[in-house]
Amino acid sequence: MCLAIPARLVEYIDAERQYATVELGGVRRRVNTCLLTGNDATAPGEYVLVHVGFALSRVSEAEARETLRLLEGMGAAYDDEMDQVRRAPELQP
Amino acid sequence: MKFADEFRDAGLARTVAARIAAECGERHWKIMEVCGGHTHTIFKYGIEDLLPPGVELVHGPGCPVCVIPMGRLDDGIALARQDGVILTCFGDLMRVPGSDGSLLDARAGGADVRMVYSPLDALKIARDNPDRRVVFYAIGFETTAPSTALTLLRARAEGLGNFFVFCNHVTIIPPMKAILDSPDLRLDGFLGPGHVSTVVGIRPYEFVTRSYGKPVVVVGFEPLDILQGVHMVIRQVLEGRCEVENQYRRVVHDEGNPKALDVLARVFRIRPHFEWRGLGFISQSALELNDDFADMDAEKVFTVPGVRVADPKACQCGEVLKGVLKPWECKVFGTACTPETPIGTCMVSSEGACAAYYNFGRYSRARDRETALRALPVTAAGAPR
Repeated sequence: MCLAIPARLVEYIDAERQYATVELGGVRRRVNTCLLTGNDATAPGEYVLVHVGFALSRVSEAEARETLRLLEGMGAAYDDEMDQVRRAPELQP
Repeated sequence: MKFADEFRDAGLARTVAARIAAECGERHWKIMEVCGGHTHTIFKYGIEDLLPPGVELVHGPGCPVCVIPMGRLDDGIALARQDGVILTCFGDLMRVPGSDGSLLDARAGGADVRMVYSPLDALKIARDNPDRRVVFYAIGFETTAPSTALTLLRARAEGLGNFFVFCNHVTIIPPMKAILDSPDLRLDGFLGPGHVSTVVGIRPYEFVTRSYGKPVVVVGFEPLDILQGVHMVIRQVLEGRCEVENQYRRVVHDEGNPKALDVLARVFRIRPHFEWRGLGFISQSALELNDDFADMDAEKVFTVPGVRVADPKACQCGEVLKGVLKPWECKVFGTACTPETPIGTCMVSSEGACAAYYNFGRYSRARDRETALRALPVTAAGAPR
C-alpha cells in the first residue's frame, strides 16, 4: 500500500487545481493534486507520483535523464578504465 | 519517458552490478533497505542475484502493515463490530490476524468492513451513508499521513459529522534509531525510504551520519535505483565519506514537500509512545489527531479495548523487522505461516519481507547466498568515525 506509481497528468479538473485526471497503465483516474505546489507545481503532460489517490510530487524528467546519464556513464567510465588497464605495459618489479 | 521501464534496463543493471562487484572487495557488506517498497522491488526483480555474494541487503522495518501490533488490530475489529459502524481500510490490512481473527473474519461474522483504495473513498462512503458512522483505519508512514490529513480537512470543510479516523500513522526516524541502538545488528549503511522522503526531505536522516557514522542514500523503487543506491553507499564507505545522499532526485527534493508538512502539522501531533510489532513501545514514534480534530478521532469518540496483546509465540516478525532474522529462519515460515494462512504481519503485506521471499520463490537461493556469505570475513568498517 505504500507503493506510489508515476502517472501522466492529463488535465486539471477544477480552476483551483485541486483535482486532476491522470493516466496510469492505460487507466484514467481522478486524483487529488493539492500537494502539487512550489517545486512540485506540475503542468499537464508532466508526470506525478500517485499514492492512495493523491499526487505526492512532480516527477522531474530532467533529473531522471541526469540519473540515467550517470548510470550510463558508469559503464563508459568503467570500460575506459579497463581499456587503460589492458593497454598499459606490465609493471616491471 | 514513463519513469518506469527506463529504470529497469537489464544492460544498465548489469553495468552497475559489475561496478559494485569491482569495487566492493573481499568483505561482507550489510546494507539495510529501510522501506518495504524496496524489499518488494529487490525480490520482484531478483536484485540479490545480481549482487556479488559479499553484498547483503538487510530488510528493514518500513512496512506499514507489518509494524501494526496485534492489540491495535483487535481495536479495529472492536470498532467494526459496533452498531452502525462502517469500518474502512486498505486491502493489505484485511487479512492481518488479530488475537481473535482478522477484519476479514469480522466481516464474515456480520461486521461492515469495506476495503478502500484511498481515504477519500472512505470519505465518500461517509457522505453516501449519513445515518452510519464511518471509521477509516489509517495506517502508513509519512508518505500516507498527508492523505489522511487532507481527507480530515476536507471532512471538516464539508461539515461531515459521521467520519472518523482510527489513527495508526507512524514515523520512520524512531524505528531507524531503535535499530541503530540495537546491539544485534552491524550495518554499513542505509538505503533511505524514497517515498517518505518526498514528504520529509532528506535532512531528518542527518542524525544517522552524525551520531552513528553510517551513510544514508535515499533511493527510488526501480531496480536501477536500488543498484545505484547500493553503489553509492559502498563508494561513501570506501572514500571515507559519511553523508546523506539523494539518488531519487527525480522525485525527492532535499527539503521535502512543504505543503504536505504543513498539512501534517495542522492535523496531527506526536504521540508520547506507540507500540510497534517486534520493536515494542517507541517514544514519539507515531501520530495522533490534535485537539482540533478530537471529535473525529475514533479513539476518543468510540470505546476501544486498547489492550496490549503479545504476538503469537511461534511468530518471529519482530526479529525479521529488525533485520536480525532472515524470513526463512523463522520457525513457522512457509509451514504454519503462509500468505494464505498468515500468522504474522510480514507474511501478509506485499511489502513484508516474508511475503516477498515466499511469493517470488527466493527461498532456496537465499539459503545458498547465506552459506556463501558466512565464508566471508566480517570487518569492523562502518563504525562511528
